[in-house]
Amino acid sequence: MKEVFEMNWLRTSSFVSISTVLAFTAVIWYAAAVYLNSAVLIDKYERHKVEWDFSKLVDDSWSMDRPIMPAPHQIIFDLNKSIFKQKISSKRSLIYHGWVTISSTMVGFAMGGILGILLAVGIVHVPTLNKSVLPWIIASQTIPILAIAPMIIVGLGAIGVTGLLPKAIISAYLCFFPIAIGMVKGLRSPDPIHLDLMKTYNASKSQNFWKLRWPASTPFLFASFKVSIAISLVGAIVGELPAGARAGLGARLLTGSYYGQTIQIWSALIVASVLAATLVFLMTLLEKGVQKRMGVRL
Amino acid sequence: MEESTRVVESCKVDLVFETADGPVHALSKIDLDINKGDFVSLIGPSGCGKTSLIRVIADLEKPTGGEIKVNGFSPEEARLKRAYGYVFQSPALYSWRTVEGNLKLPLEIMGIEKAEQSKRAAEALKMVDLTGFEKKFPWQLSGGMQQRVSIARALTFYPDLLLMDEPFGALDEIVRDQLNEHFHKLWEQTQKTVVFVTHSIPEAAYLSTKIVIMSPRPGKIIDLIDSPLPKKRTLDMRETPEFLDLSHRIREGLRAGHSYD
Repeated sequence: MKEVFEMNWLRTSSFVSISTVLAFTAVIWYAAAVYLNSAVLIDKYERHKVEWDFSKLVDDSWSMDRPIMPAPHQIIFDLNKSIFKQKISSKRSLIYHGWVTISSTMVGFAMGGILGILLAVGIVHVPTLNKSVLPWIIASQTIPILAIAPMIIVGLGAIGVTGLLPKAIISAYLCFFPIAIGMVKGLRSPDPIHLDLMKTYNASKSQNFWKLRWPASTPFLFASFKVSIAISLVGAIVGELPAGARAGLGARLLTGSYYGQTIQIWSALIVASVLAATLVFLMTLLEKGVQKRMGVRL
Repeated sequence: MEESTRVVESCKVDLVFETADGPVHALSKIDLDINKGDFVSLIGPSGCGKTSLIRVIADLEKPTGGEIKVNGFSPEEARLKRAYGYVFQSPALYSWRTVEGNLKLPLEIMGIEKAEQSKRAAEALKMVDLTGFEKKFPWQLSGGMQQRVSIARALTFYPDLLLMDEPFGALDEIVRDQLNEHFHKLWEQTQKTVVFVTHSIPEAAYLSTKIVIMSPRPGKIIDLIDSPLPKKRTLDMRETPEFLDLSHRIREGLRAGHSYD
């Protein structure tokens, strides 16, 4: 782990390039805030007959209560306020909302992971499943999640299932797909020569699976996991949007848009993306650990 | 020769692959008997069916005609009894297992107990002169060393019959010489029956007690030479007139069977 940190964070060249990109983004962002907010402001100045010049316009557009496009420092203040200045259990705390979302993300990821792996195992071992299930799996992903999410929430709500589980199901629905597809490929990745070798040993089906197909598939498994865990978070947020969930990052986004609280929306978005990046990063660490045990040349 | 010493007995074996372009005759009417302790080389140009023949013996292909017995059983029965060790053209080591883990693979599958596994892995590693490399992963070894590990892997479960499909084909001349010499000694010590596919004339002449020359389209046996060389071989022997005569005879056989269509 220490090596990973050294490689990723302490290398000065990458530090320089990251800060350059950040600075560049900030400049564009501030400019965009002025540009996007100016119409509303100018309209207001004219209605109230206020004297204004460009520097007043710039100042005001970076400090509006409900801007079209908030400036970065406004979001940072809001993040500071809603992360560090609130009790964790408070409805105003982004840690509270983040935790609600993360817990259904993790449950959904676990469900989707198990489902995806089981489907892949079935598809690889049973020719009928290969023909009959795979098209359905692909078809399932052509339905927009925004269309199906409310139906899942409402449908499960009707039979008394509410709270974390319906959201986790939406996450699972999204994230089993890359895992199933990746694992079908991974479980089929052993060379014919390796399969022949097992045949000469008269290996059983389960030995073939645990000693050859499963270990051979791990690179594919982790590639899929990294995609899925981020998608799983998206699924959890989407699951919080319909039917007016009261907690979670999705609920924050929704209330933010009801009341025109763009700063709140942006804060929730930033927390969501930091969470996604952290999840993917943790998955990468796990992958590195497994790779090390499996003798992968790093 | 007594019946009990017959390891492989094949009678008019045919192998036809059905392909989109019509049937391909990989093997045609193969008659071949291999006795216990023989070192038999199958040599011929590519496409002559030498690999197909060894795969039929191993039950990796089913013959479409004729009859073949391995230790008096059908190849499938022999395979289920784990009668042979197979060495492939490439080392076919599992990249996620250490050298020791690779050697233990057949033992784990065959349900041999843990202590015995380690003992046999160490023993096999010693036979191929790689003691000390137990904890290395395959990519940390050279190609020649990897192939030695794969030979050791085939020795761990004490098969009496070794089937080797061009095991040294991908290695350079010097490494190949070393491995030939090494493998010859191993064969002398262990008295195993070996079926060895090669397309190298000196390799066939140096290692074999019996050389089977094959020709393509359809794959058939065109000559069978009992080696006149003494059982014990040295690399220097390759300069002797007997060795050169033998090589010449193999080359003539190959030339006769080679079609230029």
